[in-house]
Amino acid sequence: MKKKAKKYNDATVVNSKLIRRPIQRWFPLFVLPTFICFIIGFVWPFIQGIYLSFCTFNVPKDAKWVGMDNYVKAFSDASFGHAFWNTAGFAVISILVINLFAFAIAYALTQNMAGANLFRTVFFMPNLIGGVVLGYIWSMIFDAILKKYDTYLTANATYGFWGLVILVAWQQIGYMMIIYIAGLQAVPGDMLEAARIDGANNWQTLTRIIIPNIMSSVTICTFLTLTNSFKMFDQNLALTGGAPSVIMNGAKVNMTELLALNIYSTYNINKNWHGVAQAKAVVFFLLVAVLAIAQLTATRSKEVQQ
Amino acid sequence: MKNSNHSIGDTILTVLFTLICIVWIIPIVAVLINSFKSNDFVNTNAFALPNSESFVGLANYVKGVTFGNYPFVKALGFSLLITIASVALILLFTSMTAWYITRVNSTFSKIFYYLCLFSMIVPFQMVMFTLTFTADQLKLNTPYTIPVVYLGFGAGMAIFMFVGFIKGIPLEVEEAVAIDGGGPVCTFFLVILPMLKPTLISVGILETMWVLNDYLLPYLVLDRTKYMTIPILVQYLKGSYGSVDLGATMAVIMLSIIPTIILYLLCQKHIIKGVAAGAVKG
Repeated sequence: MKKKAKKYNDATVVNSKLIRRPIQRWFPLFVLPTFICFIIGFVWPFIQGIYLSFCTFNVPKDAKWVGMDNYVKAFSDASFGHAFWNTAGFAVISILVINLFAFAIAYALTQNMAGANLFRTVFFMPNLIGGVVLGYIWSMIFDAILKKYDTYLTANATYGFWGLVILVAWQQIGYMMIIYIAGLQAVPGDMLEAARIDGANNWQTLTRIIIPNIMSSVTICTFLTLTNSFKMFDQNLALTGGAPSVIMNGAKVNMTELLALNIYSTYNINKNWHGVAQAKAVVFFLLVAVLAIAQLTATRSKEVQQ
Repeated sequence: MKNSNHSIGDTILTVLFTLICIVWIIPIVAVLINSFKSNDFVNTNAFALPNSESFVGLANYVKGVTFGNYPFVKALGFSLLITIASVALILLFTSMTAWYITRVNSTFSKIFYYLCLFSMIVPFQMVMFTLTFTADQLKLNTPYTIPVVYLGFGAGMAIFMFVGFIKGIPLEVEEAVAIDGGGPVCTFFLVILPMLKPTLISVGILETMWVLNDYLLPYLVLDRTKYMTIPILVQYLKGSYGSVDLGATMAVIMLSIIPTIILYLLCQKHIIKGVAAGAVKG
């Protein structure tokens, strides 16, 4: 750092006098309001959250330190493990379904099709509807369909699980489609032309030219669907609310519950579970953080290759 | 010959996609037709069009807006108030902060920026219980003060996106303004802010979609006996009246998505662009 400082030339000095110092004087206006809100809305709740995951509490004031107790309870809770595997399975399936359809639609829409813009508008629309409302729209539809077979959505965990897959596919295909369209439009035209002149058929062009060229879009979409699946809450709550539930090892397990909803319902059992719910939330955070960092590394390495 | 083949293939594809699109909007159409049917008919045959027997006109809507002793208009008002105030607050303050962070290369700036990046990977569940306590203590539990919470929790992504854009603005412009005697406030509001317009639109759209549809944060933070937003109202009505009167519930759902759809059709291009920009950067 010191070596660098010596190398500062005149221009930088002028800069710092002209630009940096005057801005710094306005710190209370430019930074302070955001920073205070950031502390209130994020930093403090985050730190307190980590602390409270080691405590039993009803409200933060009556917190009592219990060490790793909450974590032990969280991991021995059958509903947490169930929610984890539910979420993992849901994530894998929705990644496959959403990305395959989104890519297929994006590919078709970029082939100079008549009405492509209108189709794009329609596919993207469900994305703007809130999760809770989406959940109720689909619970009405699934119940109406299942009624013909004398059953209903929350009768069976399989219905609830696949219902949620259909719901998020409907919601997110349009979003991922937009990212794939952007990727497809950036595929160099001369490459496609060269392939055509060399006599490549459509399939060869797709697998050898187009797909390798849009790998960054594939990475983005894969990780977006992955993190979206792990953070899924509203849709899960509104569609089935975790129902049906069974008793497993003496504990109530909601069969269609994903991780985020499990944390929420654990908190609402009673005040003895507040600490456990917070401990689950910390585990959940670590899980999502690892996924996000993996995403960043993967995206970065793809960028370097290009 | 080849040309005509091509156009036949195109026509088939267009017809196919028209059919898929019709299937795609069936859920919304189903809500629409059921919102005009009396409750018994919603339950027995949800996909049938309303006929003379089942059609109830606007009765479901009339009932829906006064359902559960909480007027729909009130929830809509709070939703709009919270969304507009939060997004305005986020756009103004985070763009100022992002400019400061980019131009003032201090330790504080770096720490704040990395905290922002960090906050983007923290799921809401991690902070939701403690945030509720903090918001209660500081009296941030009303629609008039909750924008502070949104600014705090939403600052990370907004700052990240603004910093990404501001880094590309050449310093020479600001130097010229400074030499002409303009202070930082003048520079920011007259020179930088207008240049930020595309990013302001992108961030504005992303934050609007988030705040408007957000359920859990206002549900936990707001004093629910007094204040409800649209998602909270929908959840509340479905929970307590959904099985009683599905027709009226469908009317409420329809009312809650109409504003979104209108907004979407009006500024479709910006929305799609904004969402794509947010995804690629985030």
